[in-house]
Amino acid sequence: MGFLRQVLVIAAKDLRAELRTKEAINASLAFALVILLLFSFAFDPTEETTREISGGLLWIVFAFAGALVLNRSFARELPNDCLDALIAAPISGAALFLGKAMANFLLVLAVELVSLPVFGIFYNVRWTSQFGELMLVLALGTWALTVIGTMFSALTVNIRLREVMLPMLTYPILVPALLGAMQLTTGLVAGQPIGPDTVAWLKMLIGFDVVYTAVSLVLAETVLVG
Amino acid sequence: MSAVAVEGVWKFYGDFPALRDVRLEAAAGSCLALIGRNGAGKTTLLRIIAGFSRPGRGQVRIFGNAPRETETRRQIGFIGHGISVYDELSALENLTLFGRLYGLADPRRSALEWLERTGLERVRNGLVREFSRGMRQRLAVARAFLHQPSVLLLDEPFTALDDRAIAVLQTLLRQALAEGKTIILSTHQLREALELASHVALLNRGQAAFSGPSTPEMAADPGLVYARYGEG
Repeated sequence: MGFLRQVLVIAAKDLRAELRTKEAINASLAFALVILLLFSFAFDPTEETTREISGGLLWIVFAFAGALVLNRSFARELPNDCLDALIAAPISGAALFLGKAMANFLLVLAVELVSLPVFGIFYNVRWTSQFGELMLVLALGTWALTVIGTMFSALTVNIRLREVMLPMLTYPILVPALLGAMQLTTGLVAGQPIGPDTVAWLKMLIGFDVVYTAVSLVLAETVLVG
Repeated sequence: MSAVAVEGVWKFYGDFPALRDVRLEAAAGSCLALIGRNGAGKTTLLRIIAGFSRPGRGQVRIFGNAPRETETRRQIGFIGHGISVYDELSALENLTLFGRLYGLADPRRSALEWLERTGLERVRNGLVREFSRGMRQRLAVARAFLHQPSVLLLDEPFTALDDRAIAVLQTLLRQALAEGKTIILSTHQLREALELASHVALLNRGQAAFSGPSTPEMAADPGLVYARYGEG
């Protein structure tokens, strides 16, 4: 079976298991919506303030809500020692990692795509004027979150305090990608397309994704087997 | 060439040596019963043979190759302490998933065949979380045998099995031996193991204290190996 097929089999398995239980996605979505709601009532921001904080607010919500999905990624394999069966199967650690990262990416992206219209309503923001570029930044930032989070989910799966350890390990490494995504999102939500002054953030975000995806694929087998 | 060769394997957990220079061989078509007290290192050794963890020193060879090579993994079937199937998926979905991962030509057909052989065909679309313990264990057996492995590694396979699951497993293991497959099983249930085993190895505090053919005296008195070579 080809590498891509193995990736798709793992991703489909994770998505099917998650959609049956909805454990992670329900918690993640509820968290994202509650935080957006609380912030809108707590600060009652003006249009100007909203424009300035939109990127930061959205990506803080996405990062914390995403951690709830990522925590379940490898923890899902623990109850019946299913990780042993996956490690025993004749697929590479890279395929297993990438399949799980893809499933996480789609789940986190789904939470974000539901959260965005809610953000628009609560904060009275018309966020769709640069829709295509915003989706690009959303995809790149979400991939950065999921690729780092999936790797640390694998690393911390056997640790008793993994729910605490995962965010503690993930967020510091994620800072450059989050900064880039926040800067770009703030401009795009305000209706400004990516221009010469912000394109460097986009390049940095792409570079971050490429480098950390490559590093994760190389390290996956070692992380899983030791 | 041995089907499984364990060559001077050490495994450390921190500074503690869980395995100390273990050397064992299992010929193709043989059944090796790995016995020893709790904490002797049986599970650690089986996990290293299966390629789940790497030895600190030494090496394991399966038909001359390292356990983590893709083709070697295709030849190994493993039953561990957990059933290694997903509660959220149906029996058929579980076996089809592993059939796909092992690159079987027709995963669904193989899955249906093994569901029938383990008596689970009627509940093939039922979610595993709704299964009784015995049904879950039979599904675990089906998963391990699904891809027709040449080497079966079984960690305490008879523990907590119901009568039907024991009968299914023993039948399948006898068939596997008749087909020339190699079995290594760790166990505390010596009588069940010695009915199948052609060889016995005793692990004592991480060392192979005894390794040799199973004899009629051992079958008559399963405590004999412990009495002669164990801690007593």
